[in-house]
Amino acid sequence: MAFTSEKKHKMHTFLGVDLNTWWFLVFGAVISGYAILDGFDLGAGALHLFLKKEQSRRIAMNAIGPIWDGNEVWLVIGGGALFAGFPVAYAAIFSAFYVPFMVFLIGLIWRGVAIEFRSKEPMRWWRKTWDIVYCVASIIISLSLGLMLGNVVGGLPLNKDHEFTGDWLFFFNPLSILVAITTLALFMMHGAIFLTMKTENRLYIKLHLLSNNFTIFFVVSFVITTLYTLLYVPHLSDFFKARPGYFVIPLLMILCIANIPRQLKRGKYRYAFISSAVTIALLLIMVALEVFPYLLYCPQNPAGSITVYNGASSQKTVKILLIIALIGTPLVATYTSFVFWTFKGKVRLDEMSY
Amino acid sequence: MDVEILARIQFAFTIGFHYIYPPLSIGLGLVLVIMEGLFLKTGNRIYEQAVRFWIRIFALIFGIGVATGIIMEFEFGTNWATYSKYVGDIFGSALAAEGIFAFALESGFLGILIFGWKRVSPRVHFFSTIMVFLGSLFSAVWIVVANSWQQTPAGYHIVGKGLNARAEITDFWAMVFNPSSVDRLLHVWIAAILAGAFMVLSVNAWYILHKKYLEIARPSFKIALTVATIFSLLQLYVGHRSADGVSHNQPAKLAALEGHYDSSSRADMYLFGYVDNSREKTMGIKIPGGLSFLVHGDFNAPIPGLKAFPRDERPSQVNSVFQFYHLMILVGMAMIALSLLGSWFWWKKTLFGKRWLMWIFAFSVLLPQIGNQAGWFAAEMGRQPWVVYGMLKTSDALSKMVTANQIIFSLILFTLVYIVLFALFLFLLNKKIQHGPVDYGAREHIEEGTKRDNPMLDHGSNGRRPDI
Repeated sequence: MAFTSEKKHKMHTFLGVDLNTWWFLVFGAVISGYAILDGFDLGAGALHLFLKKEQSRRIAMNAIGPIWDGNEVWLVIGGGALFAGFPVAYAAIFSAFYVPFMVFLIGLIWRGVAIEFRSKEPMRWWRKTWDIVYCVASIIISLSLGLMLGNVVGGLPLNKDHEFTGDWLFFFNPLSILVAITTLALFMMHGAIFLTMKTENRLYIKLHLLSNNFTIFFVVSFVITTLYTLLYVPHLSDFFKARPGYFVIPLLMILCIANIPRQLKRGKYRYAFISSAVTIALLLIMVALEVFPYLLYCPQNPAGSITVYNGASSQKTVKILLIIALIGTPLVATYTSFVFWTFKGKVRLDEMSY
Repeated sequence: MDVEILARIQFAFTIGFHYIYPPLSIGLGLVLVIMEGLFLKTGNRIYEQAVRFWIRIFALIFGIGVATGIIMEFEFGTNWATYSKYVGDIFGSALAAEGIFAFALESGFLGILIFGWKRVSPRVHFFSTIMVFLGSLFSAVWIVVANSWQQTPAGYHIVGKGLNARAEITDFWAMVFNPSSVDRLLHVWIAAILAGAFMVLSVNAWYILHKKYLEIARPSFKIALTVATIFSLLQLYVGHRSADGVSHNQPAKLAALEGHYDSSSRADMYLFGYVDNSREKTMGIKIPGGLSFLVHGDFNAPIPGLKAFPRDERPSQVNSVFQFYHLMILVGMAMIALSLLGSWFWWKKTLFGKRWLMWIFAFSVLLPQIGNQAGWFAAEMGRQPWVVYGMLKTSDALSKMVTANQIIFSLILFTLVYIVLFALFLFLLNKKIQHGPVDYGAREHIEEGTKRDNPMLDHGSNGRRPDI
């Protein structure tokens, strides 16, 4: 806090926007990338037990097989981006979210283990156990991600050193629980659409149906969360109330959601998947607009909140980070698309597999 | 127990467990590149089978490495919030570079490495193998740079006071090339390569002992033996340079490594020994003046001892630091001896007839693992009581709001999870090794019809997919 004002004086800018805001955008982009990419494989995991047959489950798991690991790396990059650009926020957020974050991490480990180990033994009990671990872990991961997002958006009680002063029961406030459920619904919709894109025949028909159901699940939980926010957390809609022009973003999002069942019906799964990916991105853009410039809002004492200015690294570091991102992002984009292209198309088991 | 000890135990435990895997990925990565290169060059199917066998093991190891590594990244924030704020400005850029340049590269191409054998051309697959290997090498770069900066800080200045003090970067390249980073990076790289090479040696020695898959095991063994011999000898030099760096940059640490207390006297080098920190004495078998000679080329040159430093600026566990350090050296020497012995018999053309030697090799996978763990324990405990040498003490680096109970809760959770994880790892590793480097079915026959659309029927006609 002591050096906030002094810092603002020597803010560097690029294209008229200060560097901290640029890094906030980069961080936001990484988080959106993570939500879109890991979102579909988490969603595929969360709906795993809806698939009943051994063969269906194997196909579903193999649809995400070659890419889930790469998707998870976006989380590592996101954590690095936060630590690098906004170390004060990183320190405050992860020491505050100690318990939910540990649960999240353990879930992440078990999920990876389950994917890795499930098909390595033929016994029924072995596969069933790992199926359950895989599904439950995916659900827990999605819920805890949503829970943490909800708490970041809603704000946490902080002391003057930006340390969390509540306990872990605080996290289970209504807003956060609603956001958690919405996140799970969103991922399940996204995952179901992804699997629809990857499968055929009866499994495809089943997933098509599931996609529609999860889309409804998502819309309902999203509407409830939005209503709750408007009624009980008014500071979160200040941005849109003050700038009606930005209402085009939620409008676009509604169009995207409406587009999903339409494209599924037409058999254009790829467009449906893109629509749901854009939905996630627009959702996160709305969240970002509502919270900016706060990284961690403190409702009791807004002046003590962590912003992209008082929580940031030095201007020099932010500049280095932006250069690294500028060099690295095109590379990552190139080979990520190459890998996705290599594994495009339907997953298929044939007479050689069982 | 207090929060500091618990947080340190948790960190040591989680990083120690994690550190079993990344070195193996780096080392196996190099072996994979060599084997696949030989396959492309010669077209010999023996190399193909060996590569595909080791890719399966690589996948298993990589998976556990990622899972346990994600924990590490966030543990800084959960348990060491003050440290994170203090070093974030410096550590951050290294971590961001690691994410973008290393992890993304590794994980992106990993899919092709594991599942792409029939989906891409052999050249593209070889390229992916190289990219995965490079990615793992890069990931070591940034993490070792960050850790070396904690040992020998450079390119920074301190801004703010008290709780808000932090190190800010002034010179990125001075930070990256701080006095110890190059030596330590080479040291870690070579240790990692040895971990991979000895694992390949071990498994193939076991096959040779049981007269299994000999036509694949023998050439693989020779490849790994070549790698092990070259790099264990190189390590002798690089390790010496690293210790030499410590003598200049962290004299208190060097003194602790060798249990050296009196600044006035010449410094001895111990082969074995015991440090009694309360009486400030070290006993054991020693080379008189050995340390003085290694550092200054003179058996009688004085070297600053621990007594030259105030008690609260010395490592408190001097004996542990001493033992870990000597264990590491012992293991390093054993690896040199073993690989030279192997090379000698190879030259004599009697290598595979020496069953006793093969038995030693079968267990040699443990050597680099012990060396890696011991080396890191010596490096990290030797830096105590500092978390950033000379600047921030470990006791000041904790998260203020995190309680002992929270750490105990997560420590128990991690212990349980890791025990299960390790048991499963050994179980599956054993299964893969028992299965052997063979693809039962005729792969070419499968390849014809289903080339582009089936990641599932990867390995063989027994109908089971070994990976995922």
